[in-house]
Amino acid sequence: MSEHPTRAIPAPTPSPESQAFWEAARHEKFVLPRCSACGKTHWYPRAVCPHCFGDCDAWVEASGTGTIYSYSVMRRAPQPYAIAYVTLAEGPTMLTNLVGCDFDALRIGQSVRLQWVATEGGPPVPCFTPVE
Amino acid sequence: MTIRNRAYIVGAYEHPTRKAPDKSVAQLHAESARGALADAGLTKDDVDGYFCAGDAPGMGPLSMVDYMNLKVRHVDATDIGGSSYLMLVAHAAEAIAMGKCSVALITLAGRPRSEGGMQVRAGNASQPDVQWEYPFGVTVANAYALCAMRHMHEYGTTSEQLAWVKVAASHHAQWNPHAMLRDVVTVEDVVNSPMVTDPLHRLDCCVISDGGGALVVVSPEIARSLSRPLVAVRGAGEAPKHTMAGGVDLTFSGGRWSGPIAFAEAGVKPSDIKYASIYDSFTITVVMQLEDIGFCEKGGGGRFVSDGNLISGVGKLPFNTDGGGLCNNHPANRGGITKVIEAVRQLRGEAHPKVQVPNCDLALAHGTGGLLGTRHGSATLVLERQ
Repeated sequence: MSEHPTRAIPAPTPSPESQAFWEAARHEKFVLPRCSACGKTHWYPRAVCPHCFGDCDAWVEASGTGTIYSYSVMRRAPQPYAIAYVTLAEGPTMLTNLVGCDFDALRIGQSVRLQWVATEGGPPVPCFTPVE
Repeated sequence: MTIRNRAYIVGAYEHPTRKAPDKSVAQLHAESARGALADAGLTKDDVDGYFCAGDAPGMGPLSMVDYMNLKVRHVDATDIGGSSYLMLVAHAAEAIAMGKCSVALITLAGRPRSEGGMQVRAGNASQPDVQWEYPFGVTVANAYALCAMRHMHEYGTTSEQLAWVKVAASHHAQWNPHAMLRDVVTVEDVVNSPMVTDPLHRLDCCVISDGGGALVVVSPEIARSLSRPLVAVRGAGEAPKHTMAGGVDLTFSGGRWSGPIAFAEAGVKPSDIKYASIYDSFTITVVMQLEDIGFCEKGGGGRFVSDGNLISGVGKLPFNTDGGGLCNNHPANRGGITKVIEAVRQLRGEAHPKVQVPNCDLALAHGTGGLLGTRHGSATLVLERQ
């Protein structure tokens, strides 16, 4: 398998409502927001529940497993990279990168697991790698 | 309450430039406005409503009415990306129907070709999605590619089918002296062009051009006082679509919602349409939009566009007879206004004779602005020659 090195990933800029997510990320703990009113989770994380407008003040640890919903390998970048939507086991679908894999072997529906990737001066971001 | 037959497009102008390092963005807006007003037989002092979107420099409508020294009583700068101008035609018609203005000017201009094209930008950190997407390298091209990849997975759409969209656009562009790309291409040319972001090749992507365009929309009374053909706004629909709180579904666009609204207001159906301007930021954009607004069944877009079905004089649905964004022009990275302009040319019988649709009395213009794979705005217009 020809693995591609990971490109330099710019740091995310946390906002007041996402501080807890990125603080957990620094400890490589992947959490999802959960609404205290309707109990549902969502992506991307918001303090106001996009399902019921309740307060999302709880975070639950996610399994870190999912499947590839779609992906695209950007070939024209100096360092090619694979952008993807991954549908998490918990339900939401999130934008991410696929790393540590042979880009030419990727396929929709493949099982993936979480892999934190360092950023340039910020917290790591949740990426995914195919499960063999 | 309806806008049907309450407003008419009497002026349409596409700036001829495709590269303008020596002009300012405000200047391109004003030159486009001048062209559209001259086309209508009106002057700047007739304008009492001004409409623009996110490409307008500075404080948008304030900066532009100041630059052009307009005295207006109504402004609207609703931005849904490159399809804004389709929606602004409807907003202008609404304002005219409500008596808020009677001569509405819509302008677009920009210089992405001179200023360095499309780059990954950090955007505004206060934009709520940026921290969740920018680190992962989302660009315009790969956000559309995500949709194309899923479409291929769900429906068996092929790169060759997508290529037919570009082939059709190139057949039309050969007759447009202003088009950036005038060479007729083949399916093989498209699928053998370099891969940009899987599964989109270089020739699946639209051009990057400087330029501008403008439209003049007026009340029925003023339209009848002018010498231009009567192009009525017969129906319109608009619809934003987004990531749905994590319930992402890339198989359809907001056209699924905006199309039926527009057709219902117009009282017509897709099979009545003689010519369609369909936003072609990428080939996949056309395929998905044609399905969503009802020209074919969902998943059948690839088959629908194949074998020249979009080529004027050859296929069942002539589209983008100016060459579209894929070959002609995509000013300010926003293709909405050129979609309306070519539809107006067709309805007036002023398209190039080689691509003019005979007896073209009913046309559709539809667009998708923003990013198809994240959040976008769809807008549909049904226009009629009366």
